Amino acid sequence: MSLLQLSHVHVCYGSVEVLHGIDLNVEEGEIVTILGANGAGKSTTLLSISGLVRPCEGEILFDGHNLLRMPSHKVVGLGIAQSPEGRRVFGVMSVLENLRLGAFCIHDRPRSERTLEWIFDLFPRLRERKEQLAGTLSGGEQQMLSIGRALMAEPRLLLLDEPSLGLAPLLVRSIFDTIRAINARGVTVLLVEQNARAALRLASRGYVLEVGHVVREDVATTLLADPGVRKAYLGG
Amino acid sequence: MEQFFQQLLNGLAVGGIYALVALGYTMVYGVMKLINFAHGDIFTIGAYLGLSLLVSCNIAGLLGPMAAVLSVFVMVALLTALVGYLLERVAYRPLRNAGRLSAVVSALGASIFFQNAVMLIYGARFYVYPDFLRPNFTVHLWGLDIPGIRLLVIGATVALMLALSAFIQRTRTGAAIRAVAIDPGAAQLMGINVDRIISLVFLIGPGLGGAAGLMVGIYYGQIDFTMGWSYGLKAFTAAILGGIGNIPGAMLGGLLLGVIEALAAGYVAMAWKDAIAFFVLILILIIRPTGILGERTADKL
Repeated sequence: MSLLQLSHVHVCYGSVEVLHGIDLNVEEGEIVTILGANGAGKSTTLLSISGLVRPCEGEILFDGHNLLRMPSHKVVGLGIAQSPEGRRVFGVMSVLENLRLGAFCIHDRPRSERTLEWIFDLFPRLRERKEQLAGTLSGGEQQMLSIGRALMAEPRLLLLDEPSLGLAPLLVRSIFDTIRAINARGVTVLLVEQNARAALRLASRGYVLEVGHVVREDVATTLLADPGVRKAYLGG
Repeated sequence: MEQFFQQLLNGLAVGGIYALVALGYTMVYGVMKLINFAHGDIFTIGAYLGLSLLVSCNIAGLLGPMAAVLSVFVMVALLTALVGYLLERVAYRPLRNAGRLSAVVSALGASIFFQNAVMLIYGARFYVYPDFLRPNFTVHLWGLDIPGIRLLVIGATVALMLALSAFIQRTRTGAAIRAVAIDPGAAQLMGINVDRIISLVFLIGPGLGGAAGLMVGIYYGQIDFTMGWSYGLKAFTAAILGGIGNIPGAMLGGLLLGVIEALAAGYVAMAWKDAIAFFVLILILIIRPTGILGERTADKL
């Protein structure tokens, strides 16, 4: 059985349906990526997994639990953390406070301290700036903080929404290397990306979303070589 | 000079009470972006509950004035906290996804409901707190004769404000309250139960407001069912003055408003104190529309 399974997920904003029956699954230990243009429904898919957006139809199973009607704070407790679109760090709080809030569901303080050390090793920049207000960090540093904060919840499944958005190319590479390192620690990753080439090099499988439908799903190497995908998402 | 210091201390006492009430407005605004118009009436309920407990339940007779005031203080805070909790469950939670205007109308309705409930239960006349509850010692300090009650009110309000600040700044739950005020969606992604945080804020704010009502009863000795309107308006002004949504701002705004009023009453005329207080509010809003401390969190916290 898959770690995460979405079946026929429909999401409506008011009377407008934005996801028209998404089927998607993620196996334990995988990195899976969701590709697609703006407005294809990638972020909505991640938000519906976290319970911030409620599907009107369908089923979302995580490790045997049905997430469809589960309050979002319980979803975190089950082991799903998200670094959302736009980072959404708590700007007027310090880096350290942001990270500690990430561990809000973890009541084992010594274990959280070890997770914190690991995150500081992954992102040494955060250690240097731990007393600084999150809102004063650069975009790349805020991205690191957003990912680090999600990791503080010790997730089994990490949802990443466009971690490379607005970052310098060198920083993008380092973020993707870090995602690989996180995955090597046994964290399953579901990655939404505009940077399709980098995402497909990292992931084992990929889904292509177009206006609320899954139009392709395949192993990443096949998608990378596919002429249609190359033309639409990889710049020819 | 003596008059100045007396008015200053009087202003700090009244301002401390404004600040306690203002905290309820500002914390609720912080997590829900809603002005809880019923908050002033919870303050009234605190004043009446205190009187009932002290006199009708004869706690004052049983325990003696000092112990009675202290224990009733705690009871009133707990009971008004419960009123606040129920208010949120009945009047605001069902409207959580209905838009802000619906909640504002509901708040106005709750205010009218509470005010009329108090009038129906206690009647429309004013009530007098028994005189023997007021500690009538005076303290000689820096050549001044300061009424003990004034110092006690200042001490109690400052202690409550410091306790609240420590809770908000230093505890995990306090951090969760701040997180919800900044971004409720992101807070949910941290595993914070936003409904529970909102309930907590509706326990703390009304608890402080109710305790402030009791303090007014003891300090001024007289209460009536419309007092929530005038004090509520002043406290709301204080919250705006300091920057609505900002907790230190509400404290500063309350103290500042109290001092301005007291000095205006002492040096200009009693009748002008409200006019001068609101004039200062208008002035500050022209110079700093976000309030004194509201800058970096203008539309969020």
